[in-house]
Amino acid sequence: MAMKRRTFVGAIAAAAILPAVAVRAQAPAKARVVVIGGGFGGTTAAKFLRLEDPGIAVTLVEPKAEFHTCPASNYVIGGFRKLADIVQDYSALAGRHGVRHVREAAVAIDPASKTVRLSGGQTLAYDKLVLSPGVDMRWGDIEGYDEAASATMPHAWHAGPQTALLRRQLEAMPDGGVVALSIPGLPYRCPPGPYERISLIAHYLKMAKPRSKILALDGKDAFSKQALFQDGWAELYKDMIEWVPLGQDGKIVEVVPGEMTLVSEFGQRHKAAVANVIPPQFAGNIARESGLADKAGQFEGWCPIDPFTFESTLAKDVYVIGDAANGGVMPKSGFSASSEAKAVARHIASLVAGRTPDLPVYINTCYSLVAPDYGISVADVFRPTKDGIVATPGAGGLSPRHPPDAAAFRHHEAEYAYGWYASMSQDIWG
Amino acid sequence: MNALACIAACLTVLLAVAGPAAAQSLAPTTGHTLAATCTSCHGPGGRSPGAMPSINGRSEAEIAKTMHEFKDDSRPATVMNRHAKGFSDGEIAAIAKEVASWR
Repeated sequence: MAMKRRTFVGAIAAAAILPAVAVRAQAPAKARVVVIGGGFGGTTAAKFLRLEDPGIAVTLVEPKAEFHTCPASNYVIGGFRKLADIVQDYSALAGRHGVRHVREAAVAIDPASKTVRLSGGQTLAYDKLVLSPGVDMRWGDIEGYDEAASATMPHAWHAGPQTALLRRQLEAMPDGGVVALSIPGLPYRCPPGPYERISLIAHYLKMAKPRSKILALDGKDAFSKQALFQDGWAELYKDMIEWVPLGQDGKIVEVVPGEMTLVSEFGQRHKAAVANVIPPQFAGNIARESGLADKAGQFEGWCPIDPFTFESTLAKDVYVIGDAANGGVMPKSGFSASSEAKAVARHIASLVAGRTPDLPVYINTCYSLVAPDYGISVADVFRPTKDGIVATPGAGGLSPRHPPDAAAFRHHEAEYAYGWYASMSQDIWG
Repeated sequence: MNALACIAACLTVLLAVAGPAAAQSLAPTTGHTLAATCTSCHGPGGRSPGAMPSINGRSEAEIAKTMHEFKDDSRPATVMNRHAKGFSDGEIAAIAKEVASWR
């Protein structure tokens, strides 16, 4: 206990929390919850645990002071938003909601002793752990594509410096060049994200470098919102975009960064002026290294969870949410992560209060822009069953392909895409 | 299945902490839970900072009526018709009560 108190006081000093909050936090907590990861899932969980019950002590473990959102990062790549427009920070979480933000990385989780070891050597004890580590890249899965290669051929699938790099490369490339994208098979973060990116790069090239081409090399034969995207491409970008599916040798198995070349499964070599390589992914390192991910099978590298609670099926009192979790049919999106986080916060708060937790419902609402004033969406209401998470029949789905006034409909959905971002930012980081 | 694989499979079952929480071990879904995700698009407390309509300050009856109109497609919508169809009439009533309670 003495050890815990020392650790606690030390962390408060380190986090420089406002005195009023520190005084309140010194009252004995009803429960200690540690949240790992300050993205859409983790930040939502930390905030909503405190909204559910201010008597729960919540510690967010996130080394960064600022977070660049992947949602809207394609707007930066398309040139109509700046990187500064997609930055969120944790000041409201600490200052307004009394979450302790520890700016270190989690290096190991021990579910047996219910502790998390931090990069600085300190250990945090928890009653419940919420793990939202996002994804890491499977370096080397595509031969020649490692972290060093991403400095030449950015993935830009973690937003921030990689986003800025891809944007700079597009600005620097000559008119008439080829922008190549390598897109992985499922599952990966944000299923429609690569196709929004293709669209918004095309939007930029059409205005600034109209003789250029986009070559999208895909590791699958079908993709999210496909008909809606392809309708938009035909309408707005004509033959600027060439999409090559798996069945037409779209899968990239090797890259040669020094020669700006991508090599397909059957040996076709594609030379590009700009190469955006989105590699296969898996649950963030901390999850896999702590034994919380499947080690084999179809979902190797992803974290199995109880569909009713998002509690890990491999460790008690550990809840895995967001992209790292295998949520079945729930897409790996920021909205899904936030919805899962709210359900987990409610579940934990109910257990702490001695209530029977209620049956959760999960939602996804995801907008993609085909152009800055042309939006499309997918939405679903998900329910847990003993056989996994299912979409509620008869509900949800895609924007209509042929609405009565299509131009107005797409325009409205673009406005709502920006509105989505404004609301989500406040709901999570505000 | 050979003996070794069987032992491995049995161990895996033993090591797993529990099967899925049974639906019947959980309480019925509350309005609080159903409405929790509304704020993702409509803003904290239903006060939207952007293009999404604010839903704060509307009466329970108005919210329920609007949701039913989305559900039966009698009210024009982009995405809310797709959402509303995912909820039972009882759930819509619970959502309306919860959202109307936001201050």
